[in-house]
Amino acid sequence: MTFLKGIAASSGIAMAKAYRLVEPVLSFEKKAIEDAAQELERFHAAVTTSKTELETIREKAKVELGEEEAAIFDAHLLVLSDPELITPIEDKVKTEKVNAEHALKEVADMFVMLFEQMDNDYMKERAADIRDVTKRVLSHLLGVQIVNPSMISEEAIIVAEDLTPSDTAQLNRQFVKGFTTNIGGRTSHSAIMARSMEIPAVVGTKTATVDIQHGDFIIVDGLKGEVHINPTLELIAQYEQEQIRYEEQKAEWAKLLHEKTVSADGHHVELAANIGTPNDLEGVIGNGGEGIGLYRTEFLYMGRNELPTEDEQFESYKAVLEGMNGKPVVVRTLDIGGDKELPYLDLPKEMNPFLGFRAIRLCLEEQELFRTQLRALLRASTYGNLKIMFPMIANLDEFRAAKAILIEEKQKLVSEGILVSENIELGIMVEIPSTAVMADQFAKEVDFFSIGTNDLIQYTMAADRMNERVSYLYQPYSPAILRLVKMVIDAAHKEGKWAGMCGEMAGDETAIPLLLGLGLDEFSMSATSILKARSQILRLSKKEMEELAEKALQMSTTAEVVELVKVRTEEVVSI
Amino acid sequence: MTEKTFTITAESGLHARPATVLVGLASQFDSTIHLEYKERTVDLKSIMGVMSLGIGQGAEIKVSAEGEDEQDALTALQDILHKEGLGQ
Repeated sequence: MTFLKGIAASSGIAMAKAYRLVEPVLSFEKKAIEDAAQELERFHAAVTTSKTELETIREKAKVELGEEEAAIFDAHLLVLSDPELITPIEDKVKTEKVNAEHALKEVADMFVMLFEQMDNDYMKERAADIRDVTKRVLSHLLGVQIVNPSMISEEAIIVAEDLTPSDTAQLNRQFVKGFTTNIGGRTSHSAIMARSMEIPAVVGTKTATVDIQHGDFIIVDGLKGEVHINPTLELIAQYEQEQIRYEEQKAEWAKLLHEKTVSADGHHVELAANIGTPNDLEGVIGNGGEGIGLYRTEFLYMGRNELPTEDEQFESYKAVLEGMNGKPVVVRTLDIGGDKELPYLDLPKEMNPFLGFRAIRLCLEEQELFRTQLRALLRASTYGNLKIMFPMIANLDEFRAAKAILIEEKQKLVSEGILVSENIELGIMVEIPSTAVMADQFAKEVDFFSIGTNDLIQYTMAADRMNERVSYLYQPYSPAILRLVKMVIDAAHKEGKWAGMCGEMAGDETAIPLLLGLGLDEFSMSATSILKARSQILRLSKKEMEELAEKALQMSTTAEVVELVKVRTEEVVSI
Repeated sequence: MTEKTFTITAESGLHARPATVLVGLASQFDSTIHLEYKERTVDLKSIMGVMSLGIGQGAEIKVSAEGEDEQDALTALQDILHKEGLGQ
């Protein structure tokens, strides 16, 4: 097998060595040993190697993540020097004549248990540190490679089953040239991250981790959704040409960097970007974003052991608002739960996390957490054009409750003498069908809508977007979805409000003509899709697209809609 | 033997970073250094020992050192507790 087919999740072409981000097997058997001295030597060597490794990681972390984040590795290093851990292991090897692996595991497990039993959450998490450190030493004893994405120091393509937010947070953007994963689709976290990092990705290959070995030379074709393993020189040459063509196309689009997005018949729409952290701003500005249509604040809460403080949040929001220099920034309040977990919140596992206790539902319950975020946002509001939106709103009661909390916090700040902007627009994500259906009522109370199609589609079709067996039902161009989208846009316009879209659909070549025709005001997408979308919209006539959308709404199947758009736009849209 | 009592003032107590700072410093001395809290005594050179005490804000801790450099060790530990705003 030298070729894999997957889903093109982030465009571009990457060629580099494969770096397998796969958990190694750390199993071993308890063995009796003859020579304790020799066994101890082996153990000490593994500890020394682990320490050297941790020192390197710590230095890298200091540079890339800051002193605060690097401190965790200081703790790991001290654990490895801790007489309370090391001495009992040595004693076990000497007196019980067992292999170092077994002795290490026994002693470490004892500590893990001890820490896990404490009633202090912080201490419970220290159990994870001990596990982490033990795993590292164990890997050296067993001579297997432990995965360590932050240690990557040459150009590489990440090969993994899937990538979690904490995996991606550790990746070094300088060296990671692309991703390929076994599972996932265009809207999975790995795909979204790849687009925000502006690196090519092919997801859903099913067998990437099986077929690709560590160090294989691979090509990730994020345009066609293909992965080539150890390709021939000819194929490499071919792809080098392809890369050049793609770069030329990008250069062509780059000319539109400072252009406004105006249809052929003079209708202006706003092309905004979806971001996760202030680091993404560079990409937004470099790709001509006219605003931020979705700032996913949950990344502030991920990959750490405790809630971010109000000040930390304030600094991030301020950085984004200032960075956008007066252009609109729509911040979505915490959308956690479902596929996005926060270990330190200790939320119970649910049967149906996507239908469960998440997003605004959680925020209205865990009010301290919500209020902290709102205060940080309100304080930052004077630094730019802030708009706040609540995720997963299912009925008006939720919106009213969330709004009441926001107003309370605002009044508190004002009475404390803190400046808060008077012009903060307040909107909601429309991602639950009930809200789309009731959009006319919502429109009287909200300032704007942002249609979150990734969830709206899965909730409307009752099809889990992560489940490949039902992914055929995940149909953005379904007439059912288009009708819901139309209801939302029409409802907004009737009340003089605006409607945007921040799901993947907003940047989709086939959807854009329809959305333009339906009257969408703001399209928010991965920054890398903006220039391509702009070049497309410049060539479309809003009036003609209105007719097209009208026809699409009357179609009976998704296939008919796709065919309609294809035929109608083929002459104006080049790929 | 030299010993001294401190009250932890840091909001989050002796968590990872402060604990690593103290243990790192204690490890530089030859003296045996112990930390006592709520009638439990641990080796101040052991990160896991220190963390296992779960020392929070307001805790009274006793640090004792015994050895050639016990005075220096205690002075250094006191300085760092003050300097890092951990305790008094």
